[in-house]
Amino acid sequence: MSDDETRNKDKMTTAQSNNFRPGAMQPNASISRKLREFYDAVQEEGIPDRFLELLERLDDAEKNAKAVKTK
Amino acid sequence: MTTKDEDVDRAFKRDLLASLPNLRAFAVSLTGRHDKADDLVQDTIMKAWANQGSFTAGTNMRAWLFTILRNEFYSQMRKRGREVQDTDGLFSERFSVHPEQYGRLDLQDFRKALDTLPDDQREAIILVGAAGFAYEEAATICGCAVGTIKSRVSRARSRLQEILGVSGESDFGPDPGDAAITSRAFGS
Repeated sequence: MSDDETRNKDKMTTAQSNNFRPGAMQPNASISRKLREFYDAVQEEGIPDRFLELLERLDDAEKNAKAVKTK
Repeated sequence: MTTKDEDVDRAFKRDLLASLPNLRAFAVSLTGRHDKADDLVQDTIMKAWANQGSFTAGTNMRAWLFTILRNEFYSQMRKRGREVQDTDGLFSERFSVHPEQYGRLDLQDFRKALDTLPDDQREAIILVGAAGFAYEEAATICGCAVGTIKSRVSRARSRLQEILGVSGESDFGPDPGDAAITSRAFGS
């Protein structure tokens, strides 16, 4: 994500939170926010090593297969 | 292999990698458990890799991967049959084994509420409300009509509101323990 996009996202978040004071929180807004928070928390865990290793193995297997074919 | 094929190949790997965190979050949402989710993501990567040829370059890779993962999830559920019908057992297992996996405490309540939704409603609200898909894309991923997705999302929202509305009030009011302390402190 570029810096600009990040800034815009921040701006949007600030604008949204200004619309909803804690006491006046709309249920729908709160649910959407919690949903995103929950989802983003998992996304921010990043990519486990096992997947990077798997992709490397698949990549190697593919290269080997092609090398055999071209021989 | 021509240079163009190599470009397509590289783009495929790059996009697959870039989609993984989002795909994994979807898997966690569906399975409710990190270990099961990661197995599901692994199966999805292998399927996607084996079916690279069926992916049209330039189209939505994320939607394609989500479709594969979703199909894989339901076909594994069908295979397991009885095991997953034990929803009470599954539920308690989900929340007793690794509660720390669900992150912050306030999100755990949300996670539990999300888990009480029927599968079709949960996946609809996750796809549209969290994964960032348009209603049309979510409909393609789930293989149903756009109107069906809209109504599932709306039912999911009402249901979550119902559940969290109740627990939400207690967030602001004193809990029974605090109330006792408060009345002692400010009592006559």
